[in-house]
Amino acid sequence: MRLALRFTLAVGLTALALPALAQETTIDTKRLPVKDGHFEFEGPFGTYDRAALQRGFQVYKEVCAACHGLNHIAFHNLDEEGGPGFTEAQAKAIAAGYKIPADPNDKGEITDDKGNRLTRPGILADKFPSPYPNEEAARANNSGSLPPDLSMIEKAREGGSDYVFSILTGFHMTPPKGFKVTEGKYYNPYFEGWNISMPPPLVANAVTYSDGTKATIEQEAHDVATFLAWASDPKMEERKRTGFGVLVFLVVLSGVLFAAYRKVWAEMH
Amino acid sequence: MSGPSTYTPKSGFEKWIDQRLPLPRLMHDTMQTFPTPRNLNIWYTFGGILTFCLGVQILTGIVLAMHYVANAGLAFDSVEAIMRDVNYGWLIRYIHSNGASMFFLAVYIHMFRGLYYGSYKAPRELIWIIGVLIYLLMMATAFFGYVLPWGQMSFWGATVITNLFSAIPVIGSHIATWLWGDFAVGDATLNRFFSLHYLLPFIIAGVVGLHIWALHVPGNNNPLGIDVKSPQDTVPFHPYYTVKDAFYLCLFVVVFAAFVFYAPNFFGNPDNYQQANPLVTPPDIVPEWYLLPFYAMLRSIPNKLMGVIVMGGAIVTLFFLPWLDTSRVRSCRFRPLMKQFFWAFAVACVILGYCGAQSVDASVAGVPLLWVARLATLYYFLFFWILMPIIGLIETPKKLPASIAQSVLGDTAAAAAE
Repeated sequence: MRLALRFTLAVGLTALALPALAQETTIDTKRLPVKDGHFEFEGPFGTYDRAALQRGFQVYKEVCAACHGLNHIAFHNLDEEGGPGFTEAQAKAIAAGYKIPADPNDKGEITDDKGNRLTRPGILADKFPSPYPNEEAARANNSGSLPPDLSMIEKAREGGSDYVFSILTGFHMTPPKGFKVTEGKYYNPYFEGWNISMPPPLVANAVTYSDGTKATIEQEAHDVATFLAWASDPKMEERKRTGFGVLVFLVVLSGVLFAAYRKVWAEMH
Repeated sequence: MSGPSTYTPKSGFEKWIDQRLPLPRLMHDTMQTFPTPRNLNIWYTFGGILTFCLGVQILTGIVLAMHYVANAGLAFDSVEAIMRDVNYGWLIRYIHSNGASMFFLAVYIHMFRGLYYGSYKAPRELIWIIGVLIYLLMMATAFFGYVLPWGQMSFWGATVITNLFSAIPVIGSHIATWLWGDFAVGDATLNRFFSLHYLLPFIIAGVVGLHIWALHVPGNNNPLGIDVKSPQDTVPFHPYYTVKDAFYLCLFVVVFAAFVFYAPNFFGNPDNYQQANPLVTPPDIVPEWYLLPFYAMLRSIPNKLMGVIVMGGAIVTLFFLPWLDTSRVRSCRFRPLMKQFFWAFAVACVILGYCGAQSVDASVAGVPLLWVARLATLYYFLFFWILMPIIGLIETPKKLPASIAQSVLGDTAAAAAE
């Protein structure tokens, strides 16, 4: 009798404990809420900080561009209103620093004698060249993972610029007990699933800012997230400015219409 | 009321036109002197607002189609080129994409208004039925339009919705293949969806014409739900309702503009800024907000075919509404019992929309949303098919006012006006 009771108790307790044990080993790896990057361009009147855009472009160019494309951005965008505020000469110089795959030459060839792809210096009309010839090459160079194009990254992720900021500053943390980082991946709790293929891209002084700003990881992340916000939404300043005028007009028109409405209906109630 | 025409041609030219094509007469009778109940409230301005929405969608859509490329390999980039390189392309596209949401916002208010004031009841059954048809066409148009940018949600939304047809026994998979023009959603699908997306709005415009024509036979219903009895009950459409509609339209456009300029992607899904990839399924495939209640119904039924039937039944039910309501009184103002069930119905629709936006296994405070959605779906059908016929028979309505004029002006003033 006693034995049976003990046995039942033991089985019962185990049955109760099992789900609890199982729960401990399966951690919810939903991404953490994004951190606030405190961006200057937030709010209905916010505009991009030109200096941050230029520094962010430097971070993109010297760090991110090794793996990530910027396919929808042309060099002439760099000197456009509402953008990083480079002069046309600066944008031309930046373009000329890139090698663009050339059209077939006068022999109809696209490679030189040694089989290397013919290139020419970039011009304003060119878009940023991709770091890899195609998706297969990109995956082959990144152990099977595809570094996403960054032209629209902040419109394509919930959280936008705060998300990019969180990812970039979300490395170097100790994973919670029971969470095992997958081989060849990195721990980043701001990334869905917590395992990210991208190695920590930023370190302090990864770039040397010409304006003397101290290049901490936070600063670099803030700057490049600002630059990518512009890349995703290059018309933001024009949009907010136009919107202000439109809303002022509509509110005034509403007032006029309300007065007309009251006058027309005055004797009807 | 479509009574005798009050139009008198003022010049020889107008007389000449009037004897050949009486278009000025039509405009005069329908948009100027048309006798309109004097007690229409703010909720009656949404008909005009909806006409505006349709116009905006057609105008912006025609311009977008000048720059859009309906090709699976180029569509996504062409939309992005509109956003970046076309002059004011960002504005036109944001008006169009937010315009769809504004259109549905307005149509839902318009429909709930009709439901509350009994505008579907005799002699206005056909106005309601034509309206449901417009709503169906709007959903189809919006769905086709959402596919065009060829983002991840476009592609997977199209895959989920077209796959619903494969639930039909025996011929289902053939219908799906026929719809796709291929063996999966692809370039052929995108092309036909673009063609239909361009076609349907003009059909909607035609059906809207019928809707207004049908409206102009019995005339507007009104918040009291009683018939117009004397000229004191009405005012000419112009200037009384042109100015009122214009004012509320302007307020509506303020809200519209606030979204377009300050939160243009509020109604959108970030996944749709990633190009369609048939090899990568997004973790949650969610339709646009205005289809969420139906999506929640679909998901709450474990059997796919039954789910499709229930979802379709929810819309088909609306066609029968005029005959499901047995009450002799139109307006819920005088229907104390019906009023409560009406608001419960409105809440059930919002709950369904909320459930449709969450993942299937989600729960709130320990209550699985799947069951919440099931209960709300049950109530949706219960409301129309059981409650509505019964309440109409057992309810004692409040006393109706003698006339619209009496209700607005009070007894003495109405008598004085006579």
